[in-house]
Amino acid sequence: MNAPFFKFEYFNSEVSLIIAFIIGIAFGIALEKGGFGRATILSAQFYFTNMRVLKVMFTAIVTAMLGLYFLSVFGFVDLSLVYLTQTNLLPMAVGGLIAGLGFIIGGYCPGTSMVAVATGKLDAMVFVSGMIFGILVFGEMFPGIENFFNSGYMGNVTLPSYFNLSYGLVVFLVVLMAVGAFTAAEWGEKKMAAKSGKEIL
Amino acid sequence: MTSITKMITHAFEKEEGHEHVHREAKPYSNPYLVGIGLGLVLLAAFVIMGRGLGASGALSTAVAVTVNTIAPEHAAGNNFYSEYIGDGSTNPLMDWLIFQTLGVLVGGFLSGTISHRVKKGIEKGPRISTKMRFAYAFIGGGLLGYGAKLARGCMSGQALSGGAVLNLGSWVFMMMVFVGGYAAAYFMRRQWT
Repeated sequence: MNAPFFKFEYFNSEVSLIIAFIIGIAFGIALEKGGFGRATILSAQFYFTNMRVLKVMFTAIVTAMLGLYFLSVFGFVDLSLVYLTQTNLLPMAVGGLIAGLGFIIGGYCPGTSMVAVATGKLDAMVFVSGMIFGILVFGEMFPGIENFFNSGYMGNVTLPSYFNLSYGLVVFLVVLMAVGAFTAAEWGEKKMAAKSGKEIL
Repeated sequence: MTSITKMITHAFEKEEGHEHVHREAKPYSNPYLVGIGLGLVLLAAFVIMGRGLGASGALSTAVAVTVNTIAPEHAAGNNFYSEYIGDGSTNPLMDWLIFQTLGVLVGGFLSGTISHRVKKGIEKGPRISTKMRFAYAFIGGGLLGYGAKLARGCMSGQALSGGAVLNLGSWVFMMMVFVGGYAAAYFMRRQWT
């Protein structure tokens, strides 16, 4: 057997929609269990009082990254068939900045707002309507910003290929960075908790 | 704005009558364990489908299909909408991200129900009114919708999925999300702290 299974046509696209639904359920459960359905927990990341966002995000990235790395080294997963979003450097950087502003102003990101809606958070419903409005504005503006949207095109480029380092070395460096970030996060949370006297959720 | 606030609040009030038994919400799980779980879900998506997770894409398809239904010529002349609508040979709503996002809603609800965490509420700090919270939620949602489209993905599609495959643009996106969040956190402190 070879992976990705869908790319080797082990099942058709109708079956893929059922798989999408199941994977979505698992995704939703993980986000909810992490406390990501609550804007007060998500926003606390930016006040250093609760670093759950960083811990969950980086642990998930490291887990999936290590899994893919070893599965590809053993020849099970053909990495060239795993989807990579093309890089358009400047639009992605600007988009990230706007998304970061939206995150702290709105309190959610798109995925977490879905979980918040599903668990009864009224502000998340307003957030989702705002998102729909934002996407519509983007769509209506698109003919005017299409050139910028497509600028800075670099094709499919990964950190190993860009910095000319081996895949394994970059994987190792990301793990090191994550461990450093976790250590800093644990230390920072304790400092902030001692300062405010509040318990971390 | 006030009337919208009342309307939304009212829509949920009916449910309260059924809450005869108040159960204590369970605490959230260990973030590292959740992270491993989320990472395995993401890995499963890569191994089974060859693609990562997403969230903003489903809403984009919904917006594009709506625009296409109301003003087909307008949508056809716009490369953003037409990319989501496709060439007409397939139904754009029979899409991987749509089904995955429906799953997220179901999964979030299931997990919340099991742990007694499904509860009508408004997430905000003590120093801000509900009206202002809703205003910020709408503005923030608008910025995220716009930013995610400009960046070709959101925290799920870019930061999480692209991060795990070491995509250069995704890492730049992720760093900029943190830059934007931390830069504006001071000005938003009345909303959250």
